[in-house]
Amino acid sequence: MGTIFDEIPRRPSLHLKQQLGATSRHLLLGGLALIWMIPFYWLVITSLKPLDQVFTRPLRWVPDPLLWSNYVEALTNPAFPFFRLLSNSLFYSLLSTIGVTLSCSIVAYGFARIPFRGRDFLFGVTLATLMLPGVVTLIPTYLIFHKLGLVGSYGPLVIPPFFGDAFYIFLLRQFFKTLPWELTDAARVDGANELLIFWKIMLPLIRPAVLVVIVFNFLYTWNDFMGPLIYLNDNLKFPLSLGLYAFQTKHETEWNLMMAAALVVTLPLIIIFFVAQKQFIEGITLTGTKG
Amino acid sequence: MMMDQTDIKQTSNRVLSNPLIKISSLTLRNDMIGYAFVLPWIIGLLVFRFYPIVASFYYSFTEYSVLQPARWRGLQNYQEMFTQDPLIWQSVYNTLYYTLISVPLGLLLALLLALLMNQAIRGIGFYRTIYFLPSLVPPVAGTLLWLLILDPGNGLMNVGLEALGLPRLGWFKSPVWSKPALILMSLWGVGAAALIFLGGLQEIPKVFYEAAEIDGANALQRLRWITLPLLSPVIFFNLIIGIINSFQVFTSAFIAGGSAGGGFGGGGTIGGPLGSMLMYMLLLYRNAFRYFQLGYASAMAVFLFLVLIIITLALIKTSEVWVYYEADQRR
Repeated sequence: MGTIFDEIPRRPSLHLKQQLGATSRHLLLGGLALIWMIPFYWLVITSLKPLDQVFTRPLRWVPDPLLWSNYVEALTNPAFPFFRLLSNSLFYSLLSTIGVTLSCSIVAYGFARIPFRGRDFLFGVTLATLMLPGVVTLIPTYLIFHKLGLVGSYGPLVIPPFFGDAFYIFLLRQFFKTLPWELTDAARVDGANELLIFWKIMLPLIRPAVLVVIVFNFLYTWNDFMGPLIYLNDNLKFPLSLGLYAFQTKHETEWNLMMAAALVVTLPLIIIFFVAQKQFIEGITLTGTKG
Repeated sequence: MMMDQTDIKQTSNRVLSNPLIKISSLTLRNDMIGYAFVLPWIIGLLVFRFYPIVASFYYSFTEYSVLQPARWRGLQNYQEMFTQDPLIWQSVYNTLYYTLISVPLGLLLALLLALLMNQAIRGIGFYRTIYFLPSLVPPVAGTLLWLLILDPGNGLMNVGLEALGLPRLGWFKSPVWSKPALILMSLWGVGAAALIFLGGLQEIPKVFYEAAEIDGANALQRLRWITLPLLSPVIFFNLIIGIINSFQVFTSAFIAGGSAGGGFGGGGTIGGPLGSMLMYMLLLYRNAFRYFQLGYASAMAVFLFLVLIIITLALIKTSEVWVYYEADQRR
């Protein structure tokens, strides 16, 4: 009896404590989120400012007037040939993503579903290359493409993806392994060949994982700076990342135009994020728990 | 019914373990199909992984400028690196400074964010989005933005510091504050690591916490004895990836360090005021692709590669002490 009565007064205080805890967490999360958003806000707001309001004191938190024409000026600036850069970026990202998705899903299927001899060894080697730092392959890879006469083109950036990537292979293999064997066995009895089984039955079943690969590789190539910097030398072949840097070297002080251009380069990724939020979160979470 | 997976596996295992058993046609068929499927990756491994590693080692013993064939110089590149090139040590110092501060600080902040987000509170998706968004910003765009915010004149940060009664700082334009500026910028992007932590946190069974609470463990004790041990594999993963990445930091230093002028090509490799942002990769890039000293740059690449291998192996060794793996997680 006594213990039950003892419990009663303690309950509300526990709730109060929990509620206080939740409130303080909200305040902390909200405060940090605010700090996190300030640079974004500054990016947007600077892109709409007249140049003479960029560094004024007191700070201009709301520009007056809102210069939407900054965007027109940035995107039509001869130092930032926007549509050219955009189509280059799309070409690089799409071709690389098609290549890496195709090659990695085929290879992952082989590793996951076909018991060939030497498979475990080969997969072990694949895992070992997961942490291979890019620096050690950089120069000889450059020399390969130099000998092939492909430096100055997108070749060095879009050819390697067609030959696989350790991380994506690993990721897709994990998914292929979870699919039931009965599916493939039935198709095999019906005389379907392995490629057909892969393409028609298995690949559609791991669509969520394939989307993760697509989204990640698109993001990676869109943001890639060092690759294009090393291999491309013609302004008209630059992707957006490199074009933005080239723009900065010529218009260093025009912060409003630079921020407008920076925002335009960032925007597609933010749109993709909101469309494919689930894939993003899933992919990142998998990185930690499966890797 | 038909032969299922385990049968196939057993057959192939038997064949593998006993050479006297004649290789069945099924095994051969599996071999052919299997290798056909993984063929692209075998080529990728040989051409874009193994060959370049071996070649890096070879070129590191040569003098090579693309125009002339590689000429053997033995250990001279390494000797020059370690005894005659002060820039190497400057870049090593800068890179270590950056890594030793940004990696632990980034891990700590990411862990804190993940712990805060790992609550059944409303609007958690909103917070997740906000913390993650900066990781999406292309490094070039992000660096330009931080150049604006950390402007040594009336930049947003300096105005804020002044409002708090603190002195303005030179940030990217100061040899003392340029590295802290880079670190600050890197911390803005910890959202991705925080999400990886969050994924790990959500895998921890709730029962453990309930049991601990019944036993009277407070929040700090639960963190110390449940959360951290069970999260340690993810912490370990983020630590290694963080170190590998920040040892190879390039784009932010290239752009922030080149803004002192110098035009498109050469500007970025300056490394900021007094070379205070001259990171190892920046120097390597400069030697390789601006001066075309590919042999010397290869020696730099090999050195970094070996250092990273040693650090990774050392961390794996220490992980036996502090990283906790559940028995069933060893797949």
